[in-house]
Amino acid sequence: MFGFSRAQAIAFAIMLAAIAAAPSVLYPVFLMKVLCFALFACAFNLLIGFAGLLSLGHAAYFGMGSYVAAYAAKTWGVSAEIAILLGGLVGAAIGLVFGWLAIRRQGIYFAMITLALSQMIYFFCLEAAFTGGEDGIQQVPRAALFGLIGMKSDMALYWLIAGVFVLGFLLIHRIVHSPFGQVLTAIRENEPRAISLGYRVDDYKLLAFVLSTFLSGIAGGAKSQVFGIATLTDVHWSMGGEVVLMTLLGGIGTIFGPLVGALVFGSLETYLAQFGDWVTVTQGGIFILCVIAFRRGIVGEIGNRLRLVL
Amino acid sequence: MIMIFGKPLMLLYGQLTLGLINGSFYALLSLGLAVIFGLLNIINFAHGALFMLGAFVTWGLLQYLGIGYWAALVIAPLVLGVFGVVLERFLIRRLYGLDHLYGLLLTFGCALVIEGLMRNNFGSSGVPYAIPSALQGPLNLGFMVLPRYRAWVVLAAAAMCLVTWLLIERTRLGATLRAATENAPLVQAFGVNVPRLITLTYGAGCALAAFAGVLAAPMNSVNPNMGSNLIIVVFATVVIGGMGSILGSIITGFGLGIIEGITKVYYPEGSATVVFVVMVIVLLLRPAGLFGKAA
Repeated sequence: MFGFSRAQAIAFAIMLAAIAAAPSVLYPVFLMKVLCFALFACAFNLLIGFAGLLSLGHAAYFGMGSYVAAYAAKTWGVSAEIAILLGGLVGAAIGLVFGWLAIRRQGIYFAMITLALSQMIYFFCLEAAFTGGEDGIQQVPRAALFGLIGMKSDMALYWLIAGVFVLGFLLIHRIVHSPFGQVLTAIRENEPRAISLGYRVDDYKLLAFVLSTFLSGIAGGAKSQVFGIATLTDVHWSMGGEVVLMTLLGGIGTIFGPLVGALVFGSLETYLAQFGDWVTVTQGGIFILCVIAFRRGIVGEIGNRLRLVL
Repeated sequence: MIMIFGKPLMLLYGQLTLGLINGSFYALLSLGLAVIFGLLNIINFAHGALFMLGAFVTWGLLQYLGIGYWAALVIAPLVLGVFGVVLERFLIRRLYGLDHLYGLLLTFGCALVIEGLMRNNFGSSGVPYAIPSALQGPLNLGFMVLPRYRAWVVLAAAAMCLVTWLLIERTRLGATLRAATENAPLVQAFGVNVPRLITLTYGAGCALAAFAGVLAAPMNSVNPNMGSNLIIVVFATVVIGGMGSILGSIITGFGLGIIEGITKVYYPEGSATVVFVVMVIVLLLRPAGLFGKAA
C-alpha cells in the first residue's frame, strides 16, 4: 500500500521488529537519539537522494525545531505532540523562505547558500532572548502525550519517538513513490528535460525542500523532548555536516540507508565521546573514505550485491 | 569631536579599518576559491582549514625553528602549496568526472580531519603569535592613528590580490589557465599538460589561503577554529560576487568587509549577519551574483 517492493516490505518488517526489540538490549535514551537522527537523515535524504539537492544548512531547521519545541514545552506547557509538531512547523516556515531563496541557484551554489543561511540562524539563536544564548534552553519538561499519557519514563517516551520516526519514514516513502516523487527523480536525473516537459521545476524543488525541513524540525523537536535541552550544538553548521555524513554512510537515495547511517554514526559518537576531538577526526575520515571508495553507502552496497532496491 | 550620523568619526574610522582587514581575508580566500573552482569545478571546503594551517605553520616555524614572520610569509604558503598538491594528486583527482558535490564532501571531510587533529593538539583556545617588531606600534596618518600591523595586512593583501590578478589576466601562464577553464580538452589537444596544470592550480589556491593565514597569525590568537568560522562568510562572499571574475572576487571581498565595519558602528547586533543579509538581497535582485554570468 505504500509502494513497497517485496524486499522492501521484508526489510520494513525487520526494521519494525528491531525497533520493538531494541530497548530490551540497548539503552533507550541512546536508541531515541538514534531514531531522532535517523528521522533527520531520512528528511535530508528526501532532498539529496530523490531531488538531488545538497543542503549543507539542515542544522538550521533541526535546531530551530529543537528550540521551539523546548520553548513551547517549557514556557507554554503544551503537550508532547503539539511541541514536536510546532518544531516541525517552524522548520517548514523557515524552509519555505530559505528554500525559495536557495533554489535560485544550482549545485554547489545551492549548497553554499543553504550553509550561509543556516549560519544566519545560528547567529540569530546566539543573540535572541528566547534561546538562552550560550546556555540554551535547559530543564525542558517531558510533556505528556495529548496532555494525558505521561512521558516521564524512558520507555513511554521511546514508544512515542519510535512512532514519530515510523510515521515520518512512511510519509517519506509515500512522497518518494507518489507522482510528485517521480517528478522529483526526473528533475534530479535531467532538469532541462523536466523543464521541457512542462514541469514547474522550481515549485517541485521548493515543495520537496519544505517537506524535508518540516521533518527535520520534527526530528529536532523530538530530540529536545528526549534530552530535555535545546542548545547551540543543534543549530551549528557541524550538525548539518553530520546529517550529510549519516546519509552518505548509510546510502544516499536508499530508503533504509539513513537509519543504518544514523545507527552507525550514533554508536561511533557515543563510543568516541571520551576521546574528545577524535570524533571530528573520525567523521572526517569516514567522509573521505565514503566519497573515495564507498559512494553507495552501507545499504546501497548491500542492495547492489543482492540486486535489490532497499 | 566630529560626529557622523550620531557616531564619533574616530569610531567609524576604527571600524572601517577593521572592516578593511576582514575584507582583505574575504578577498584573498574567495580569490583562491574562485581560481580553484574555475579549473577544478570543485568548491574547496578545506580552504578555511588551510588558512588555519597557514597560521599554525607560521607559529610552528618561530616556535620550533626560530624562523620569523618575514620568512614565514614565503615558507608557509610553499609548505601548504605542496600539501595542496599532494591532496589533489592522491584524493581529489579520483573524483573528476563525478558529480561536483563529491568534491565538496571530500574537502569537507579533509577540513574536519585537519581541524580535529589541530584541536587535539592545541585545544580550542589556541596559541599567541607576536606582531613582528618592524610592524609594532601605531602609525599616524594625520586624520587617524592606525596600528601599523593593520595597515600592513590591508596593503599586503591588496598587493597579493593585484599580483594574482596580473598573473591570471596578463601573463602567458594565466592565458593558458583561462583557456583551460573555458575548454580543458581543447587546451590539452594543443599539448598543454592539463592534469599538471590542475594540480598546480590547486596548490596555488592553497598557498593563497596559507598566505592569508600568515597575515592573520598575529591578529588574534592562532587557533584551530579560526578557519571554519571564516569560510562560511567567504562562501557567502562567493555567492554574492559570483565566481566568474577574479576582479569581482576581490572587489566583493573588500566591499563586504567595509559593509561589515559600518554595520558594527551603527547596528552592532547585526554585524555578524550583515554579509548573509547582503547575500539574500543579491539573490533576490541578481541571482547570478554581482559579477557572475547567468547560468
